[in-house]
Amino acid sequence: MLKKRIIACLVVKDGLLVQSIGFERYLPVGRPEIAAEYLSRWGIDEIVLLDISAGSSGNGPDFAMIERVSQPCQVPLAVGGGIGSVREIELLLHAGADKVVLNRAAVRSPELVEEAAENFGNQCIVVSVDTKRGASGAYEVFTESGRVATGMSPQIFAGRMEERGAGEIFLTSIECDGAKCGYDMKLVSEVSDAVTIPLIVCGGVGHPDHLLEALLHPGVAAAVVGNFFHYTEHSVTLTKRFLRDRLRENDSIKVRMDMHFDYEGCGFTENGRLARRSDEHLAEIRFQRHEDVKI
Amino acid sequence: MLINYGMGNIRSVGNALTRLSASYFVSSDKDDLAKADAYILPGVGAFSHAMANIAARGLFGPLTHEVMEKKKPFLGICLGMQLMAEDSMEKGFHKGFGWLPGHVRKLDAHNGLRIPHVGWNELEIRNENQLFTNVPPDANFYFDHSYALCEADENMVAALCDYGAPFVAALRKGNLFGTQFHPEKSHVQGLRVFRNFLNFVEYGTGNANA
Repeated sequence: MLKKRIIACLVVKDGLLVQSIGFERYLPVGRPEIAAEYLSRWGIDEIVLLDISAGSSGNGPDFAMIERVSQPCQVPLAVGGGIGSVREIELLLHAGADKVVLNRAAVRSPELVEEAAENFGNQCIVVSVDTKRGASGAYEVFTESGRVATGMSPQIFAGRMEERGAGEIFLTSIECDGAKCGYDMKLVSEVSDAVTIPLIVCGGVGHPDHLLEALLHPGVAAAVVGNFFHYTEHSVTLTKRFLRDRLRENDSIKVRMDMHFDYEGCGFTENGRLARRSDEHLAEIRFQRHEDVKI
Repeated sequence: MLINYGMGNIRSVGNALTRLSASYFVSSDKDDLAKADAYILPGVGAFSHAMANIAARGLFGPLTHEVMEKKKPFLGICLGMQLMAEDSMEKGFHKGFGWLPGHVRKLDAHNGLRIPHVGWNELEIRNENQLFTNVPPDANFYFDHSYALCEADENMVAALCDYGAPFVAALRKGNLFGTQFHPEKSHVQGLRVFRNFLNFVEYGTGNANA
């Protein structure tokens, strides 16, 4: 059966991987290609790279950076930021992207979504929907890293994008971004009902329970983690182990876990971190030998 | 030879081959076809565009000669596998290479299943086939497609996958191999599939020790 995906989002600004908070503040993390290598090795299901400076600099996508990131990346790589033409999408695919994420272009010229789907197939086109509550309290779609309001509701916009040929919707709550308060599930439900293509939800993870909440929603195909994965060793593997433990009794939702290390039998503390194993256990595994995997 | 027809994720496939230390070259030139020992046709795109691009580069005739008459190994990935079939219903009716019996049809969306089928799914591996040597039965592979090969010949099905209904996830017929999933994006298990194909190219078998 199809697994629900855990996706890592790499926000890149001027070539540097950053932690994004509310689409306003950015803290440096490191080189994106290093993050891609580790995430891929730790068992991530997919990586989305959003270059937030590509659009505003006017230079378009940074193809050399995508080449560097794609090299160690053994899982699907979706790339967004500053894409304005079918030619650029083609060049991105050549640089190592497997899918592209359209945001501003999809709002300004929806015909690009159609043209791109025609050329590369619907499955290659992800449309990102950045959402924030407007003055009236209703959800509204924003572009330009949340600076420009479009006046459109996310449901209507997402539905329209599906008609134009988008293969997936990448839904971000700007208010939740970096807030560690969990996904905006009200928003998720509203948009989920408006489309029949897979829905990817993003923004707000601060505890593995938040991922669980999103994955339990029947309309969610994938949950995105950004900042939460950057600062812990084996963060992806640990999160997946947490989810697998919680979903043990659940037959309808599965998470992929086919790494050679999987933290089976480890416990977690209340804040979702790995529990300390007993000294006896640690002494026991001290000299275990593991053969190299050769392919 | 990695066949570049203007719309594949060439580099991703190249990255995987590099990881396995395989020697390969990328080309869209029909004159290069004769130099290669084997072919990989990656695929991200729409069926009709792919056929048009391949025809525009004059690749179809010479490639068919190399693969179907000289029996050089051929691996089609995703769209690359679908192209081997007789025809596809993606955005109208289009003829394929016709190397294999079978038709490409849209996945059937029912019970609230979302199309495209995106993500990691396990396979039901069929028969003794070299493509899945050393691959555990519960391994997951990455899929991303709205169309799939159905009504295929039972004997050439290497693996099935289930999404609403079963469809062909991998096939093998003599020197022809195809995968609907993306081995270049399926982590370690995907590399194993590539290794098995490369072993077939090199030794004519899926197992280097045999």
